[in-house]
Amino acid sequence: MAANTGGKADEDLARSAAAGDRAAFAVLVERHYDRVFRIAWRMTGNRAEAEDLAQDICTALPAKLAAWRAEARFTTWLYRVTVNAALDRHRRDAALARAAEGWGEAERARHAAMTEARAARDWLTQAMHALGPDLRATVALILGEGLSQAEAAKALGLSEGTVAWRMSEVKKRLREIAAEEDLA
Amino acid sequence: MSEELEKLRKAMLASDAVPDPAARAHALAAAMEGFDRNQERAAAARPIPDRPQGAGVAIGLRAMLNRLSSHAALAAGASAITLGLAFVLVGPGLNAPDLRRAPQPAPQVPVVDPAEAEKADPAEADDAQAPTSRPMMEPQSILPQALQDYSDPAMSRAPFPPGQAVMESSRMIAPAGDGTAPGFLPAPEQAETETYASADANPVKSVAEHPVSTFSIDVDTASYAIVRRFLAMGQLPPAQAVRIEEMVNYFPYDHAPPAPGGAPFRPTVTVTGTPWNPDTTLVHVAIQGRMPALEDRPPLNLVFLIDTSGSMQDADKLPLLKQSFRLLLNRLRPEDRVAIVTYAGSAGQVLQPTAADDRDTILAALDRLEAGGSTAGEAGLQQAYSVAEDMTEDGDVTRVILATDGDFNVGLSDPEALKDYIAGKRAGGTYLSVLGFGRGNLDDATMQALAQNGNGTAAYIDTATEARKVLSDQVAGALFPIADDVKVQVEFNPATVAEYRLIGYETRTLNREDFNDDRVDAGEIGAGHSVTALYEVTPVGSPARLIDPLRYEAPAPAAGAADEFGWLKLRYKDPGASASRLIELPIPSETSAAGPEVNFAIAIAGFGQLLTGARHLGDWGWDEAIALAQGARGDDPFNYRGEAVQLMRTARDLSR
Repeated sequence: MAANTGGKADEDLARSAAAGDRAAFAVLVERHYDRVFRIAWRMTGNRAEAEDLAQDICTALPAKLAAWRAEARFTTWLYRVTVNAALDRHRRDAALARAAEGWGEAERARHAAMTEARAARDWLTQAMHALGPDLRATVALILGEGLSQAEAAKALGLSEGTVAWRMSEVKKRLREIAAEEDLA
Repeated sequence: MSEELEKLRKAMLASDAVPDPAARAHALAAAMEGFDRNQERAAAARPIPDRPQGAGVAIGLRAMLNRLSSHAALAAGASAITLGLAFVLVGPGLNAPDLRRAPQPAPQVPVVDPAEAEKADPAEADDAQAPTSRPMMEPQSILPQALQDYSDPAMSRAPFPPGQAVMESSRMIAPAGDGTAPGFLPAPEQAETETYASADANPVKSVAEHPVSTFSIDVDTASYAIVRRFLAMGQLPPAQAVRIEEMVNYFPYDHAPPAPGGAPFRPTVTVTGTPWNPDTTLVHVAIQGRMPALEDRPPLNLVFLIDTSGSMQDADKLPLLKQSFRLLLNRLRPEDRVAIVTYAGSAGQVLQPTAADDRDTILAALDRLEAGGSTAGEAGLQQAYSVAEDMTEDGDVTRVILATDGDFNVGLSDPEALKDYIAGKRAGGTYLSVLGFGRGNLDDATMQALAQNGNGTAAYIDTATEARKVLSDQVAGALFPIADDVKVQVEFNPATVAEYRLIGYETRTLNREDFNDDRVDAGEIGAGHSVTALYEVTPVGSPARLIDPLRYEAPAPAAGAADEFGWLKLRYKDPGASASRLIELPIPSETSAAGPEVNFAIAIAGFGQLLTGARHLGDWGWDEAIALAQGARGDDPFNYRGEAVQLMRTARDLSR
């Protein structure tokens, strides 16, 4: 029953898939869809968004596999692809909103969104919102997936120092929320 | 980990969404389409001279054949086409309510933060090129061949980090008995939106570092019924739906009752060999509650808060609820009183407080209930509590019984806010029990939060048999608390125990200091209830030790008695009291043979662990668990244990 015994390692499957083995790719994506969706969910907090994002990532995976180098663990690489796709989408949506509404509107929308989040009783919603996309990605990997700071650094393509700084920033912002709650 | 981060981690895992099977199937099909397109491109781009003649053509041909065969599979049967259309049509309809119900860690309005956009780290942008739009494609099965090659569950199980509460990918594979069923093309009605209360499995702890283990008892049984429902549908339950202590505590056990006149319950400790590990020992703690003479019981006030929203009209919801209610009525006495409040759109009291022997009035009110409208949970709950408070006289036991399919999406939809509200009412003397019905959008997390904070039990009713068990056979226990805020604390003896692991109770752990803090809420024991907790302990010197001893660790104190594994302490309050009482007893280190009651609990704990990854079970698998349970069935007048053995067999077959 132990995980992964007898199964082909991700790396082997990824190599076979990159070389054109369709069955290997099917197993790989079947095996990892839930992981991709989970990260997408934590990054967006919205089911429809997370589903779209996960599907986009799955669709693009075959082409991206060519860029996967066997020296990285497959999951580390997959985390990176997922997080980057989520951040990318976030930036693009933000840019679209700006283009559609102009700066003043966007600023107002941002404040409205923040007020809304503050009003929300859900502490998690508020906390994740306060963190912003980069910190959100970091906590999704470290707290959500149980990665070490070193592993998360690899997955995010950052230095370990940056990840450590981000985590202390997360703590700081969470304390700020707690302080605001105490005032309210 | 700091307190803030731990809070965030817990909240994040608690709100994790279960992937929607239809969306999953879509994405997987899209991935295969992408793969085939990519192969065609690769084949076209590949220069022929580099390879043996025809290889490129062969690859292109294979990709083409793959596409053809999957298209052909789709076209082969009209049912497959219908299924595909159903996804397209049903998908949005199913997704819409999700958005309201699912916890949403971030607002849907895109946050426009110029600083964020400019901070775009070039290192992070390099492979962020997912296509923007969902490609046009038909949902289709992915090559059955792939499943035949790799459908060994062990092989398709993802290597998730140990101890994570995760959805394992193999769990979504339908049983492919004939080897041809397209594994991940689930029926549309299985697109469920249930959320579960879960936490990481308790880790193995070193006694040198964590000598004390503290938790609240848990008499809920909902998890077992949910597991049973999944297995009955031919699916392994998602790991988050499995709470081992609730599975173990589902069953009635025949432990020694407390002596008359003493404490309301009696703890019994059994130390015995671990079936799955010859080098560890199991400590089985059973707490048996007193069964007071039923004729002496105080009058009961029951307020039924019944969800009559549209989603309740299924046969396994409102009709089953009415049936359950009639069973309960048979067990009530003339001085007991019943009221019914419904919620659907607007809340309403459909039955004034009525003496339980006025069966005609009560049954007529019950028969008038019809499902319709959306759920106004908050207003309903407030009204139910206000009715309950009006009914209460001195010495009565008052309880609100919430019957719902868990669709609390209006008003106090946030579990945290609901918790506070219910905890406040509990302090006022009104308890809450939750009965879950139906499947599809049962919000297990909310149900558990509600019952836990209302000093009540959460049970899940899926069949008339289960209704009888919950409402009739055990009515006394569920409705009469004999001890409140029951907490368990075990201090392990470092002279005899190197490591320990509490099996289950992940959502019930308490801080060490909470044990003596009477303000900290914990579980309630009802009349006749029995509660079981299991520790797997690794004795000092055992080869099973997982954590290396510290090089600079202080030597174990000689004071620890060599014949004791530890010291068990229980705190409880008499119902309504504010100060707690303490019971203490030693845990002997000498093992003894386990009787059927203990062995059955161990078998069920094994069952739960097999469903959640089984990282501590070694080679001990389904066959061993089944044999152990089968040999420990005992009297089993209602066939509860026999049913469990059947479920274990089903799970074994699904795991193969």
